[in-house]
Amino acid sequence: MKTNRTNRRARPWAAALLAAALAGAAFQGGPALAATKASTADHTKFKELQQGFASGPDVTKACLICHTEAAKQVHNTKHWSWEFLNPATDQKLGKKNVINNFCISIPSNYPFCTSCHVGYGWKDASFDFTAEQNVDCLVCHDTTGSYRKLPGLAGHPPYQDTEIPPGSGKFAKAVDLTKVAQKVGRSSRDTCGTCHFFGGGGDGVKHGDMDSSLAAPDKELDVHMDATGLDFSCGTCHRTSSHDVPGSRYTPVARDTEGAHIPGRADDSLPATCPACHGQAPHKGGGHAAKLNDHTDVVACQTCHIPEIARGGVATKMSWDWSTAGQMGPDGKPMLKKDEAGRVIYDSKKGDFVLGENVVPEYRWFNGEVTYTLLGDKVDKDSGVTRINRLGGSADDGKSLIWPMKVFVGVQPYDPVNRTLVTPHTAGNDDTAYWKNFGWEKAIKTGMQVSGAPFSGEVDFIRTEMSWPITHMVAPKENAVRCAECHMRGGRLEKVGGVYIPGRDAHPLVDLFGWLMAGGALLGALAHGGLRILRRKG
Amino acid sequence: MERIYIFKRFERFWHWSQALLIILMMVTGFEIHGTYTLLGYGDASELHTSAAWALIALWVFAIFWHFTTGEWRQYIPTTENLVAMLRYYLSGIFTHAPHPFRLTQLRKHNPLQRLAYLNVKLMINPLIWLSGLAYLYYNEINAAGLGLDLGVVAVLHTIGAFLMLGFFIVHVYVITTGHTWSSHLKAMITGWEEIEDPQAGAKS
Repeated sequence: MKTNRTNRRARPWAAALLAAALAGAAFQGGPALAATKASTADHTKFKELQQGFASGPDVTKACLICHTEAAKQVHNTKHWSWEFLNPATDQKLGKKNVINNFCISIPSNYPFCTSCHVGYGWKDASFDFTAEQNVDCLVCHDTTGSYRKLPGLAGHPPYQDTEIPPGSGKFAKAVDLTKVAQKVGRSSRDTCGTCHFFGGGGDGVKHGDMDSSLAAPDKELDVHMDATGLDFSCGTCHRTSSHDVPGSRYTPVARDTEGAHIPGRADDSLPATCPACHGQAPHKGGGHAAKLNDHTDVVACQTCHIPEIARGGVATKMSWDWSTAGQMGPDGKPMLKKDEAGRVIYDSKKGDFVLGENVVPEYRWFNGEVTYTLLGDKVDKDSGVTRINRLGGSADDGKSLIWPMKVFVGVQPYDPVNRTLVTPHTAGNDDTAYWKNFGWEKAIKTGMQVSGAPFSGEVDFIRTEMSWPITHMVAPKENAVRCAECHMRGGRLEKVGGVYIPGRDAHPLVDLFGWLMAGGALLGALAHGGLRILRRKG
Repeated sequence: MERIYIFKRFERFWHWSQALLIILMMVTGFEIHGTYTLLGYGDASELHTSAAWALIALWVFAIFWHFTTGEWRQYIPTTENLVAMLRYYLSGIFTHAPHPFRLTQLRKHNPLQRLAYLNVKLMINPLIWLSGLAYLYYNEINAAGLGLDLGVVAVLHTIGAFLMLGFFIVHVYVITTGHTWSSHLKAMITGWEEIEDPQAGAKS
């Protein structure tokens, strides 16, 4: 009893301390956590960094004095080249080459898009990919949270206070390069998130399973990245070696059949898959756990363990209709329309959006093969929806699992004469950029010229669809998808063929005859008994 | 009125626990099948599996008991009185004709019962048991390279379930056709069956 009372009395203090600690953690974020995992080097003590830097490349030169191989390593990655040759399909992919149904394409919009490039100065095709000082170390290794690259600056941070967007009256402060350089550390959810949370032009727009809520998620949102729990960074799973980050959307591992990877074994690689840590029998125990393990040859872990996407309070875009762009407000100027939650659902520059939070994904067989519709590939408006990416997979190829997908629907400009997708010039302060001039023909003509592709001059819009395999926002096991959500008619997996799902599937004839027989037996018994009652003695 | 001790203690225990388990498995099984929602798929499936193991254990004991006591002979099929029994159920029972079968401790099932129970033991039970185990160990069986189709396993198991349901309905009804409406039921509870007076004209 006494202990209890002591505890009760102590509780307000404990609560206050906890609250203070949490508040502290929330305000300090990455740096506080980074400090607890102490590095062997204090970069503030390095003479090379104790100077004012005029530009990002100057910082990189200082970094390379010690980290002699770092830039060369970065040069070999997709993060640098934005190019990827898919060995399975021979398709030339990478951000540079693919067309999507969000902001569509990069080639004529480099200074804006390359604010997410791990380099400085990529404003057009003349960019020097061999220059080591063009690598941006800080964007991944900043721990201060103050390093920002702005659209339009071709990957440079603001070196002076910069009005963004021009004429808006809002200023982005110049980055203190010396401070950032002296505080470098490991990459973090914040640094990766600087770009990956904001893909598609805004918070949570593109992925659905990645947005700024993952900077400091709670356990409900992501059981691994839980900021006050396991606190994984992105690199915990995407375990990077020589600056090459594993885990690819172009050639993902849809079905990892290996066991858990244990350091010290011959192969101590760590693919960014669930089985890489959890193995092939992730549910421990007999009975129920064993039955759950029986699912792993059919169902991806993500299918049950990510019940919904966009769960952190940030909406993701579910569709984007470019065909309605260009409508002006009553004042003749570009306008925004917002929904009741204050989220933009119409932008004169971009068209109409449909947003979604807590979205139940769609499910498909997926074997890791992704084929893109690229510039020059023929598209057909009459054939229904054009697939930006086509996912391979089936129930019986032995390589597929049922995966959750965010299926993103777009309506985007295309060339109805050449029957190809187009690469419009959207961003820029010039005479043809769509976002300044609101004329598709000019914008597409410029964009296609830069892409080196023919354009007929005709513009129409085509319906497109893009599938995004879902893998982040893993919920605690208590919140995993319940059995009955798939084992039922009209459930989550209703449309997934090629597999017998108890509770969903049945043989209609067996059921018909079975119930006829049981019903017949019952009727027969009732009739027989009824007759006996009627013929009772007395 | 005569009374005869016909079901021994183990037999009654076996019968009633089996009845309970089979009802439980039918209720949960048809939920798993998607016929209705009662406990929720997950719980139904777990309960179904636990009950299956309990039933298998019970069957192991029952089979042991049948062979050690020689009671298995009760299920040897016979054509003797078979037609008479059929005729009794189809007409005699309504005209209060005497029961054509007189049971004894050595012959406690009439020829129709013998056939029905033999069918359960040799057809329905093995079908349910084997298809059920294949359902449960589907992954392991296929890992061994047998190329089993879950849909086929499920259909076989469903057929077994419907046969069991049909048997169950008829069985529950036919227990009312004893000397009185409840004499068979009482026998399975107490072990003692009331039978008609031999003088009443039953053929032996």
